[in-house]
Amino acid sequence: MTVRIGIVLFPGSNRDIDAVNGLRVAGAEPEILWHESVDLAGVAGILIPGGFAYGDYLRAGVIARFSPVMRAVADFAARGGPVLGICNGFQVLAEAKLVPGALLRNRGLRFVCRQVTLLPERLDSPFTREIGERRPLRMPVAHGEGCYYADEATLDELERDGGVLWRYANPDGSVAGPDDPGNPNGSERGIAGVRNAAGNVAGLMPHPETAVEALIGSDDGLGIIRSLVVSAAEWRQTGRITGTRDVAAAGAAVAGDAA
Amino acid sequence: MSELSRAYRFAVNVTPKPGILDPQGKAVERSLPHLGIAGVTGVRVGRRVELTVAAADEAAARAVVDHLAGELLSNPLMEQFAVETLGETEAPAVAGVGG
Repeated sequence: MTVRIGIVLFPGSNRDIDAVNGLRVAGAEPEILWHESVDLAGVAGILIPGGFAYGDYLRAGVIARFSPVMRAVADFAARGGPVLGICNGFQVLAEAKLVPGALLRNRGLRFVCRQVTLLPERLDSPFTREIGERRPLRMPVAHGEGCYYADEATLDELERDGGVLWRYANPDGSVAGPDDPGNPNGSERGIAGVRNAAGNVAGLMPHPETAVEALIGSDDGLGIIRSLVVSAAEWRQTGRITGTRDVAAAGAAVAGDAA
Repeated sequence: MSELSRAYRFAVNVTPKPGILDPQGKAVERSLPHLGIAGVTGVRVGRRVELTVAAADEAAARAVVDHLAGELLSNPLMEQFAVETLGETEAPAVAGVGG
């Protein structure tokens, strides 16, 4: 049976058609979810696409965070369902506090639209499991506010916990620090994408959904989209995803021990 | 309805937290020498939001502003905010409606 993945559509989303195509190439059935609806139509996974939701007014992603559909997405995430935010979708997830950190204005101030090289940090997460091997991936970025920021303590904790999923790389394959040429926006520690503590929600600035066909430049993004699809299928069938954990239950257990 | 018959005007100033990179501020600072201006440092660019709150009294209005400034107008990870009280103002004709 085909896996249905929801694509959240805000006023100002503009990568939704790329997401539709990426999901189709990955073998899934895309389903558009309107921002004013709280009905997720029974999808098994969610992709929040790129664009400029609500014109990026105030801060990128913040108005979208308060839309009805995001209440449903937060609930879906709390139940363990897989959610992937790409570019503006990452900004929305960060503003909604569904993934850690914030996206600041690019260090160089300019909107950056070009190919970057991405290194998957690990291959055992719900969003990297289908990549196959740890190799540099080529795909585009297109954003003005993509500079990943969290305070040092949060970054250290994120790294210890394996929460960094992708980093920008230099041409020689090394991780691209904030001022390196391979880093398009000045992100701390070269971070291009992260996941939440439970492991079922992730966001990244580059666009894997537009790099799914070698004919138009690269299909290096396909492994990421396929990972989402496989994780959604697993969640639909078993109610959980390999590589995730129930943080709420773990927290409740700790609190229970203390009491 | 009557408890919302007063209205208060506020300004919320949102700026990048100390230590957070502010490339806009840097760009402004770097442009100043072209104007022949020297000796200006520490430029930080933020935003100012002015709004009117209908409430029973100023303390209640201020509580609303503090809440929305922290939840919506600023992202506490990267920004700080300061609230300015601009004083009581005429209640809009539709005070309390549509909130």
